[in-house]
Amino acid sequence: MNAHIQAKNLNAFYGSQQALKDVNIEIPRNKITAIMGPSGCGKTTLLKTFNRFFELTENARLSGEVLVDGQNIYDKDVDVTEVRKVVGLLAQRPSPLPMSIYDNIAYGMRIHKMKNERKEYKAAVRHYLEITGLWDEVHKRLHDPATSLSIGQQQRLCLARGLAVEPEIILGDEPTSALDPISSQNIEQRLHELSNQYTIVIVTHTLRQAKRLADHVIFMYLGEVIEAGSAKDIFNHPQHERTKQYLEGQF
Amino acid sequence: MSIKKKHFERRHLVEFLMKTIMRIALVIVAGALGLILWTIITRGLPSLSWSMVTQIPKGGYYMGKEGGILNAIIGSAYLASGGTLLAILLSLPIALYLKAYLGDSKWGDYVRLALDVLWGIPSIVYGAFGFALMIMLGMRASLLAGIIALALVTLPIMTRAMDEVIRRMPVDLEHAALALGSTKFEVAIQVVTRQMLPGIITGILLAFGRGIGDAASVLFTAGYTDRIPTSLMNPTASLPLAVFFQLGSPYPEVRERGYAAALILTIIVLIVSLGSRLLASRLNKYTVK
Repeated sequence: MNAHIQAKNLNAFYGSQQALKDVNIEIPRNKITAIMGPSGCGKTTLLKTFNRFFELTENARLSGEVLVDGQNIYDKDVDVTEVRKVVGLLAQRPSPLPMSIYDNIAYGMRIHKMKNERKEYKAAVRHYLEITGLWDEVHKRLHDPATSLSIGQQQRLCLARGLAVEPEIILGDEPTSALDPISSQNIEQRLHELSNQYTIVIVTHTLRQAKRLADHVIFMYLGEVIEAGSAKDIFNHPQHERTKQYLEGQF
Repeated sequence: MSIKKKHFERRHLVEFLMKTIMRIALVIVAGALGLILWTIITRGLPSLSWSMVTQIPKGGYYMGKEGGILNAIIGSAYLASGGTLLAILLSLPIALYLKAYLGDSKWGDYVRLALDVLWGIPSIVYGAFGFALMIMLGMRASLLAGIIALALVTLPIMTRAMDEVIRRMPVDLEHAALALGSTKFEVAIQVVTRQMLPGIITGILLAFGRGIGDAASVLFTAGYTDRIPTSLMNPTASLPLAVFFQLGSPYPEVRERGYAAALILTIIVLIVSLGSRLLASRLNKYTVK
């Protein structure tokens, strides 16, 4: 497997409570990986270690390594802002920045000084709005506040905003759980389209979503990775008793 | 099934009664505002003149002769601006400290309680306190002392307003910007400030409006003089005291000028509060609710 992200001997703690227990996994490049498991199993914690959001929680401690393209992102000489530029995040609820629709997309490109001229920014904003299917809906009101969009549109805006800083990896923390069914479907469709250019890792509650989207699956329980492998294998021939029970809806 | 309204049913009567009480209260408040405006306009407007806002009192002004109250207008502008500025310098750090270090802890609650108590203290008490302090320090009534007293009056209002704005800052916003690879400084300057600025400006202007109209705190501390102050150590006149002194005059034409001064003060406060509304709604356009 061509691994894009690897976790090695990863242990994570909130205070004295252990959230991840000796996690060793590989996440394949340019595929959709779904992290599944019951509530409180450590899915979101694992996801947060990939863009160093884990350390934003108070009393959070970590041991082990997370390698992105073979480089440990927790090394002392790593610039955390560069990590987060390469590893984008689509949060559970859309949180547009207090700016216009246009500036929401341009913000990340501006802070990383990715373009030189206004024309280039304009073209890039249009490009990312088109990728996420928003351009036709918003091109006449680019300077309206981003909060004037519907929740579903806001989430696509957040996706476009994340793509605009040219990441290689997109993390999704239950990115459709706050959305209505049609908006969810729309986001899933976008993620599916993006999956041949980006490595996508999503945490999901819903089995059906994992089945629809995932190429690769990681199943977690009580902070441990129980089973990981191709979606086909896990869904059709789960090896572990816990995985079977989960897939059958027993918990 | 009958869906006709039963007017004499108890719950409908209660609603009608409550609605009526609310309407009466509304009419009383609106009526009071209307009466205040009507009084100062009808009594003040006739004696409002160009010379009143461009001249300082000349000899015999307080007996009805020539002159104006430019000294009080400028004095009040100095006092309120200085007091507001000083209050900003103190309240912003307090509000940030409350957010960053005390949060919703016990000590945070104590500080907020203290500020609320300070908010409720009548301004004459601040004036008296300032006066006692001045005597201890051997200071005389001056612009500086007035500014300090006014800053004390407006400080709790401003700090609590800022505190509320800062507390309501959604944490998701910071995370959204961090997830794009922002530094914490970029988050603070480009995201947090944008989100909070409208509320902070509203708080500042609210405090300014309160400060410029306050008579009691400057009564002992800033003194009163016919001259426009040229240094922080000069005593200074102020609009609320100009109203107070002229209304107490035995000369009817001077009393009329008192109403004119009140009209000027009201117009200034109105401009400040309408201006702050306008500014806030423009800046608020992009903030996340």
